[in-house]
Amino acid sequence: MITRREVLRGSLGGSAVAVALPFLDCFLSSSGEALAGGGPIPVRFGTWFWSMGHTPGYAVGARTDRIEFLEECRSLIPHVAKINYFGHFNSPLDGRPNHVHHTGWVATRTATAPALPGDIPAPTLDVLVADAIGNGTRFRSLDMTCTGNPRDSFTARSTHIRNAGEVSPHALYQRLFGTATEASGAAGADAATDAMLQQSVLTGIGEQRKRFERRIGASDRARLDEYFTSIRQLETQLALQRSTPVDAAACRKATDPGEGPVGLEIDVARGNHDSMTRLLTMALACNQTRVFNMAFNNALSSLRRPGTAYTHHTLTHEEAVDQQRGYQPEAFWFNCRVMEALASFITAFDGVREGPGTLLDNTLIFAHAETSYAKVHAVDNIPVMTIGSAAGRLKTGLHIAGHGDPISRVGLTVMQALGLPLERWGTGSLQTSKTITEILA
Amino acid sequence: MSRRTSRAICGVLLGTLLVLSGCGAREPATKGAPPTVRLLTEAQYRNIIADVFGKQIEVAGRFDPIVRTEGLLAVGAGLATVTPSGVERYVALARSIAKQALASPNRELLVPCRPVAKDAEDPVCARQFLGTTGRYLFRRAITEEELAAVVKLAGDAARARRDFHAGLEIGLQSLLASPDFLFVTENATRDPRTGALKLDGPSRATRLSFFLWNSMPDEALLQAAEQGRLDDAPGVEAQVERMLRSPRIEHGVRALFTDMWALDDFATLEKDPTLFPAFGLAAANDAREQVLRTLVDTLLVRDADYREVFTTRKTFMTGALGIVYRVPVSMPGEWSPFEFERDDPRVGVQTQLAFLALHSHAGKSSPTLRGKAVRELLLCQRVPDPPSTVNFDRFNDPASPGKTARARLQVHSTEPSCAGCHRLMDPIGLALENFDGAGQWRDDENGESIDIAGELNGTRFADTAGLGAALADDPAAPACLVRRTYSYALGRAVQRNERKFMTYLDAQFARDRYRLPALLRRIATSEAFLKVSTPALQTAGSAAREGSAS
Repeated sequence: MITRREVLRGSLGGSAVAVALPFLDCFLSSSGEALAGGGPIPVRFGTWFWSMGHTPGYAVGARTDRIEFLEECRSLIPHVAKINYFGHFNSPLDGRPNHVHHTGWVATRTATAPALPGDIPAPTLDVLVADAIGNGTRFRSLDMTCTGNPRDSFTARSTHIRNAGEVSPHALYQRLFGTATEASGAAGADAATDAMLQQSVLTGIGEQRKRFERRIGASDRARLDEYFTSIRQLETQLALQRSTPVDAAACRKATDPGEGPVGLEIDVARGNHDSMTRLLTMALACNQTRVFNMAFNNALSSLRRPGTAYTHHTLTHEEAVDQQRGYQPEAFWFNCRVMEALASFITAFDGVREGPGTLLDNTLIFAHAETSYAKVHAVDNIPVMTIGSAAGRLKTGLHIAGHGDPISRVGLTVMQALGLPLERWGTGSLQTSKTITEILA
Repeated sequence: MSRRTSRAICGVLLGTLLVLSGCGAREPATKGAPPTVRLLTEAQYRNIIADVFGKQIEVAGRFDPIVRTEGLLAVGAGLATVTPSGVERYVALARSIAKQALASPNRELLVPCRPVAKDAEDPVCARQFLGTTGRYLFRRAITEEELAAVVKLAGDAARARRDFHAGLEIGLQSLLASPDFLFVTENATRDPRTGALKLDGPSRATRLSFFLWNSMPDEALLQAAEQGRLDDAPGVEAQVERMLRSPRIEHGVRALFTDMWALDDFATLEKDPTLFPAFGLAAANDAREQVLRTLVDTLLVRDADYREVFTTRKTFMTGALGIVYRVPVSMPGEWSPFEFERDDPRVGVQTQLAFLALHSHAGKSSPTLRGKAVRELLLCQRVPDPPSTVNFDRFNDPASPGKTARARLQVHSTEPSCAGCHRLMDPIGLALENFDGAGQWRDDENGESIDIAGELNGTRFADTAGLGAALADDPAAPACLVRRTYSYALGRAVQRNERKFMTYLDAQFARDRYRLPALLRRIATSEAFLKVSTPALQTAGSAAREGSAS
């Protein structure tokens, strides 16, 4: 059996090279436990997106001395001590139109109001974070969506550079824990050679950069730059497969969820959410990535219940308000299920022991919607939560009232807590330099 | 005189005017646009692999979606790039394809030489295979510098693996993951006589082949490019005639309409299986194929007037479709021609399952979505986004829930913030309300009969035949095809300086009695099609927005 040291010392033509390793086989013992890890536990960052906001008066209480989760968010109550809730932060658009179900999430994630439908005028904050902390791991970022449609993704560098979401738990498993070596059927020394050859393919492509740059115009050069940067990232990714897992006990081999249905039927979406969450927590615990994005539904939530004609989104507009209860019962039902999914996500993170705490304690999850109240497409008071303390950098359990301040204050504070050297963020009235100091530890 | 008759006469007069204005008219000058760099679309990638290595090669993997821009993925491809996860997938695909191509028995067919020894490098044979294959994949002759690098890579790998074909595999993988393959990068040179920028031969060949075949140039086209035979109009015309006669033109027409009518959305189409048990995966796949077969039959096989696609009753049927349409199918296991009866409400592609199901919700129909699709996809008319400040309380009156869509949408016409846009969409979509969310016929909705009277741009109609006729009579329909086809051909939006050329093409299309092959020929042989300008200092976004001028 090939040893880890042998793999790392692999060579081609006598010169030492960085070698791509089959991930688990080299780092896990035969019982599936990780080999000794060591090193400091890194801080991770991720987003969790949901659409259709909350039912006003039924999600979060008005008091701000603590978070008071109401019926719609009842599933979050057990986690309240590890959550911060941000209410009454606004999205001033400076006269730009509110592109329904789009402007809200773009403003929250980019601190810039989109001028046109579909525009993503600036990088989303997860991309900025990944630029800062994502280069030292095998995957710069892991992006997942539970709708079955890779387009339902809320992470992008620009309108045309969007990170498509992984939709299938099986495909995610293959990407994380299946190996290129397994695919090639190589083993032992052949695996090492194979890894080196893969590296040399990428190196060869990377060397074409200058030739290309001479041939094309400035705007196209930026696009090709992105491609070559991605090639470089993949090279790094292959080389970094030799990284040591951060915590041996946490890093156990995940199981393949297998092929299954994908789509917008709510139980299917939830099942895939939970499967991908399990894989994600393992990838984080094994230091395969430090940044992630999970989208539970699409911006125009097409989640549906079997045998019913209306989707979550159409219900928010077309369902009659129950006069006694004061809300749209079916839309409310979906909102509750969405919050249950978020609770499940938190539970999974909090269930992975890591050092003296849990994976959740070493993570900062930025969870938010695209509207506050879907029925009227409001983009002020969009619900935002931070979950986890980023290894003690944030206080938790707080309800922060924004008093109409721009919602970008939350994103700025999050990025500053993660160590990004930002003094201000955003454009127009969404630009801010005001940190929410109340939550900084 | 009825409004309908008056409109029809206007249409005829306009057509006549367009014909007259096009008679003998000289092509208006255009300025062109800078050479493009387009990311291969998934369909193009798959077509090239099949063309170079054969259909037996499996392209198993997901492609990152391209953002549809100005109504076309082809335009989005000119602004797209590859993210880190996308590169990961391309490299994995390249590896998988190379492995299949160099495995027995494929390699016996694909590698044109035998190595000196199977367990060692053979630079001569490697050059032959990688040079030939690289020329197809890069759509131009591979340079000596490029070839030397890839042959060395293959040689190093062959030595390391002690296997000649394993070495070729690495070399081929490198070609398939190269930006020269993944990006269609046009190259232009200065004409020494005029000083004008001019696309080089291989770029001209590539522009033609992706437009007409949605794939790479074949050997004859590459040779024509390399021998300078695409440098003048007669040479281009000869190749265009050959390409239009080729069976591959069907791939091109399918790709054009798949893009223009967003049929790629079938990949994520969902219908509730409880509500629509007949509309399973087989029916969905067949529905997409049905509309493409109808288009190919109408526009290529019968070379009919494009406007006939909105009025035709001729189509093709399978067993799975027969269940949804509730019609008898003579050969359930295969495709067979089918024609709806004269009194059948299925008239035109807009009444076929593909259009009806795509532009509905998972559990119900949507007159608004269907009307929007007619406006935006068939007529190229932009419907404004919904306002953000709608008061939905009027829609939520529990005391009077409308039983039919018409009743429910009635509120829109009385709510000022909604009326402007819904008036553009609902009268079209309501005409299709006898078809449920899966496109199946229904007599009533919630026990109430359905009124399908509607209106399009001033033409009132009583049924789906009337809607089809209104679409066929509307000058926006052929004009839409002209603009989209031109934009698709170039992978960019129509520029402001091309407005006169668009009018000219409209006239030529009318003169050609709205035959699609004639339109393809007009565009492919026009000066505008191959014209390029010096790249300006502009952002990708501004380049995309310029096209809204059309």
